[in-house]
Amino acid sequence: MSAKPKAKPAAPKKASCRADCGGCRHSGSKAAAPAAAPQSATAPIKGAELLIRCLERQGVDLMFAYPGGMSIEFHQALSRSPIRVVLPRHEQGGAFGANGYARASGRTGVCMATSGPGATNLLTGIADAYMDSIPMVIVTGQVPQRLIGKSAFQETDIIGMTRPIVKHSFLVLDVNDIPDVIAEAFFLANSGRPGPVLVDVPKDVQQKMVEAREAKVSLRAYSVRCSADEAEVEKLRKMIRASERPCLYVGGGIIAANASDELRKFAESYNLPVTTTLLGLGTFPEEHPLALRWLGMHGCFAANYAANECDLLIAIGARFDDRVTGNVEHFATMAKIIHVDIDPSEINKNKTADLGIVCDALDILRKLNQKPVFKAYKAWHKQIAEWKKAHPLHYKPDSEIQPQYVVETLYKLTRGEAIIVPGVGQHQMWAAQYYKFNRPRQFLTSGGLGSMGFGTPAAMGAKLAIPDAVVVNIDGDGSFQMNIQELGTLYAEGIGVKMIVLNNQHLGMVAQWEDRFYGRNRGNTVMRVDGAPYPDFVQIAKGYRIPGLHVWHKKDVVPAIKTMLATPGPFVLDVHVEYMEHVLPMIPAGGTHKSIILE
Amino acid sequence: MRHIISVLVENKFGALARIAGLFSGRGYNIESLTVGPTQDQTMSKMTIVTSGDNAVLEQIEKQLNKLVEVLSVKDLTGGGFVARELMLLKVKANCGNRSEITSVASVFKANVVNITLESMVLEVTGPSAKLDAFIQLMHPFGIIELARTGMVALARSNEPTEKLEPPVVPPKLDLQAPDGIQL
Repeated sequence: MSAKPKAKPAAPKKASCRADCGGCRHSGSKAAAPAAAPQSATAPIKGAELLIRCLERQGVDLMFAYPGGMSIEFHQALSRSPIRVVLPRHEQGGAFGANGYARASGRTGVCMATSGPGATNLLTGIADAYMDSIPMVIVTGQVPQRLIGKSAFQETDIIGMTRPIVKHSFLVLDVNDIPDVIAEAFFLANSGRPGPVLVDVPKDVQQKMVEAREAKVSLRAYSVRCSADEAEVEKLRKMIRASERPCLYVGGGIIAANASDELRKFAESYNLPVTTTLLGLGTFPEEHPLALRWLGMHGCFAANYAANECDLLIAIGARFDDRVTGNVEHFATMAKIIHVDIDPSEINKNKTADLGIVCDALDILRKLNQKPVFKAYKAWHKQIAEWKKAHPLHYKPDSEIQPQYVVETLYKLTRGEAIIVPGVGQHQMWAAQYYKFNRPRQFLTSGGLGSMGFGTPAAMGAKLAIPDAVVVNIDGDGSFQMNIQELGTLYAEGIGVKMIVLNNQHLGMVAQWEDRFYGRNRGNTVMRVDGAPYPDFVQIAKGYRIPGLHVWHKKDVVPAIKTMLATPGPFVLDVHVEYMEHVLPMIPAGGTHKSIILE
Repeated sequence: MRHIISVLVENKFGALARIAGLFSGRGYNIESLTVGPTQDQTMSKMTIVTSGDNAVLEQIEKQLNKLVEVLSVKDLTGGGFVARELMLLKVKANCGNRSEITSVASVFKANVVNITLESMVLEVTGPSAKLDAFIQLMHPFGIIELARTGMVALARSNEPTEKLEPPVVPPKLDLQAPDGIQL
């Protein structure tokens, strides 16, 4: 590697914004990366070089980047940087890779693409991060300023296109702004309610020579309220004291706040049953006696009943999404609603709260745990136990390979320790139902946006973030094909993601709706060609030099999964499950817990 | 119900687009939206006239506040405020009715800002209702075209319309991976 230009790195000194916090992640008590000793007379460097130095100063050690005409300068600078660049085989794979990296690690995921089609290919991954509040910084190249607005080759208004799906975005028009913009982008992405931040840099700005300097962050209009005051905490306690049938309903906010331990203390010391959202899976151990597991359209019977029949629903870091509530007017009608969220706009958005508290989940849980209100709630817990017993998650085992059986087997063979990254569809729901999650950041799923094709690239990001973990992409044959090209990245970069395709030759979730609500009429939901499974995923994997196995018989499931886990590097397991199963239970869209379908 | 919202924003590239996009993307009404500079060059003031029930208004206020470039949001409705709008109105006018038009205009304290043999342009300011009334009275003469600015408004109080919270102690940037990743 050639000698690095001796530029004084641009370091974010401090972020100035309205945050009231003392010790939480938004303030960051830990010091920034050690400031390099100021060097005399810095030689000017290109804007692109400076931007990469700024990424280094933000602690970025890995990013997903696909080069093009308007980002070639960045890639040249990256070739001299310690940052590891992972080349996805499609920009969407890069965006999902950064997304998965962020979900697995809590650190800000970074991806980059060129202007025009490169940038537009990122959109789904950005929207996905926005919907699920995942911290990401996206850097895009843009045509030179003199060509903006001229319908230049590969020009798109990416700032305009992403405006509704980013937390914030920057178009850098002055090379001198780069240090501040990058520092602000990272601060915004991973403080308050996390989200994606886009930085668009025209090529002439990338090429302009500039002297590196310290970054100054000034976001005077950005405020984060992290801390709940004593009166709010006491009000919450008082409502718990008055309750006979309380229920905790927690979501991804607990993960973002790293508050799982405090959540567990809270539930135990107050004796509260806990249900999580799909995104909150793992924040509370699913095998804990107080766990109701997850709720919503395909959630557990007991969880849905408890959330709806309780007299006090305490929502923390969850947003009353329609897949959780069904018809929100008829959701938890008997309950007083307490809603704790760091985003003020979530309170009263979907469901009116009797008590809304804007703060960081960790902060309020710590405060609540100082003075627990323990009550027995005997009748309530008994009722919940009856619900759990009457309608546990179940399927009728038979001699065929059932998808649920595959997930259960994987759970056993990985001793419940793997990071599971599904695509979107039936298999995603079965993965969530039949694998049990006991720690946060163990189930990484596209919840809000529901993006098919999420699994493989997000699993790739997760494995890069946590190399020692077993990372399994449980996918469907439809979803897997949407980013199947990332097999190339897995092999080329030596990323040992295990892939199980629950191959039922159908777009199963839609087919299930057709079966239930459209008289079994198939509308483009069959993937089979000429009456036989298509395509041959093992053969495709082979083309990418990735080993794989077909599984046709139930007796082969255990040995095949064992082989997959024992084989170093990536592996594709194509499990042929007939289309026959529906995801159950199911609350039809817009329904209530009373309309739950069990058979 | 009709609401007048005063918004103080950073005078930065794209701030208007973000706010307009927020209203269209979330399905909120905009009756009028004005934007202009303030005494502080770094800030612009927008006055947005919108309508909706309380729940919608609460969301509008919160969603506006969520935008990184929005400094402050104030719903003026229900409090003491003054609101004005400016209109330019071009009406057919000839030597036969010119004096009749100007006499109506003088009741409204409207100024004649352009005059030709066949038309005149009148400038009138005031609350929206006054402008509506003026339009009605000009109708018989033959309105050729008109342009309205939309409403601008200020609170009557001695303080600024929007309270700007002072920046709190600047927190340091956290560059480390958060704690509590259990693996």
